[in-house]
Amino acid sequence: MNVAGPIMALTLAERAKRAAKVAGQFADTVDKNGRFPQEGMDALKAERLMGLMVSPDFGGEGATLTQIADVCGILGQACASTAMTYAMHQIQMASLVDHAAGSAWHEKFLRRICEDQLLIASATSEAGIGGNLRNSICAIEVDGDRVRLEKDATVISYGANADAVMVTSRRHSEAAHSDQVATIFLKEQYSLERTAVWDTLGMRGTCSDGYLFKAEGPAEQILPKPFAEIAAQSMLAVSHLLWGALWFGIAADAVARAQSFVRSAARKTPGQTPPGALRLAEASSLLQLVKANVVAGLKQFENAKGEPDALNAMSFAVAMNNVKIGTSQTILTIINHCMLICGIAGYKNGTPFSLGRHLRDAHSAQLMISNDRILGNTSTMLLVNKQDTSLLG
Amino acid sequence: MIIDTVRNLLSKHGGIPVAVDQLADTDDLYDAGLSSFASVQLMLALEEEFDVEFPEHLLNRKSFASISAIAAALSEIVEDQEVA
Repeated sequence: MNVAGPIMALTLAERAKRAAKVAGQFADTVDKNGRFPQEGMDALKAERLMGLMVSPDFGGEGATLTQIADVCGILGQACASTAMTYAMHQIQMASLVDHAAGSAWHEKFLRRICEDQLLIASATSEAGIGGNLRNSICAIEVDGDRVRLEKDATVISYGANADAVMVTSRRHSEAAHSDQVATIFLKEQYSLERTAVWDTLGMRGTCSDGYLFKAEGPAEQILPKPFAEIAAQSMLAVSHLLWGALWFGIAADAVARAQSFVRSAARKTPGQTPPGALRLAEASSLLQLVKANVVAGLKQFENAKGEPDALNAMSFAVAMNNVKIGTSQTILTIINHCMLICGIAGYKNGTPFSLGRHLRDAHSAQLMISNDRILGNTSTMLLVNKQDTSLLG
Repeated sequence: MIIDTVRNLLSKHGGIPVAVDQLADTDDLYDAGLSSFASVQLMLALEEEFDVEFPEHLLNRKSFASISAIAAALSEIVEDQEVA
């Protein structure tokens, strides 16, 4: 706690920028080797940024989702893998903070996360189910005050580097696929047998390997609320907003690189506007759209926060889905514009204008929770839900 | 009366793996396997059957959480529309 003293005197954004500086130095190595962004994550822990959302009563700082999104945006400009790891951790944190209240074990766990700056992973995807968060095949076995769980998890992002995992399963062996609970297991309570290697186009440092997950622990580690409620009230909206924030970060850094390319060209040819300048103006306008989209989504979330009816409303789900769709599609257009501006210098690795990593990382955005699935879901809701036509909501 | 129609339409459109007559009026339909897609299909069927439209404030998970919740939402809509 004494160590944390001087850090707390800085604003969250300043602390995030210091961590981002470290993460950025290793971004290319992390990407090239597809390894965990250890330095960036260590820097985030050193800045005491892991338990920000936890209430001060349990040792946190009671940060809002908007503040966390700002951190994600800052990290996204430096190293998308660090930003994504941090964002996914914070999605778990939002679920814990919102839904652990009243459970003694989870309240104690929140305190530990803040004290020890723990990194929490999640295991929701499962063989035979795919990425559908709201379905499980595996079922938790309750035996007195102990529970056992085995899950063929197709993806556990940064599973090997996490300190604990939040795992979804059916409530019991007779339960329907959608009757789920979430359980926290600590590192010493589970084993991971790697079944798939994360060798991907982008977001390589998230190390989202597949594992056969086997765990045993006390039954009190099951979250008290049904996972359906957790998913509906915090997980989906928080995911779209934090991802949107870091995707904005990736695109913002691409635009910054393109702008410095145009400026350096302008300096070499005084009196003449460089050919990329017009595209830069277009990219700037698109970046502003992305920013406005994320910020409006955050505002809507903060207004609805703590009101289950508002968070469960169809119009809210439509709005959050739209944040995800709009952001994930537009960043690709922006980075492509930047590539056209920087030309070969952008296409080539190892230049100050390199954009390959940005473009590859950004391509994950439309796939993590498939945009087609989200559009399908929105189109179903629009069969009954009237589109919000007001400007100010 | 409303409840019987709700049960009937739920068994047609709910896509729930258990038989609807096995469910109590207050059982959680999402736990029983009602998907969000099926809940919209059910909502459309109810709108058609009762010649009503679900207002914005009833378009949430809670309105479709159980058979009695659906019936209550419907009664509210039907009453409102009779008054209007």
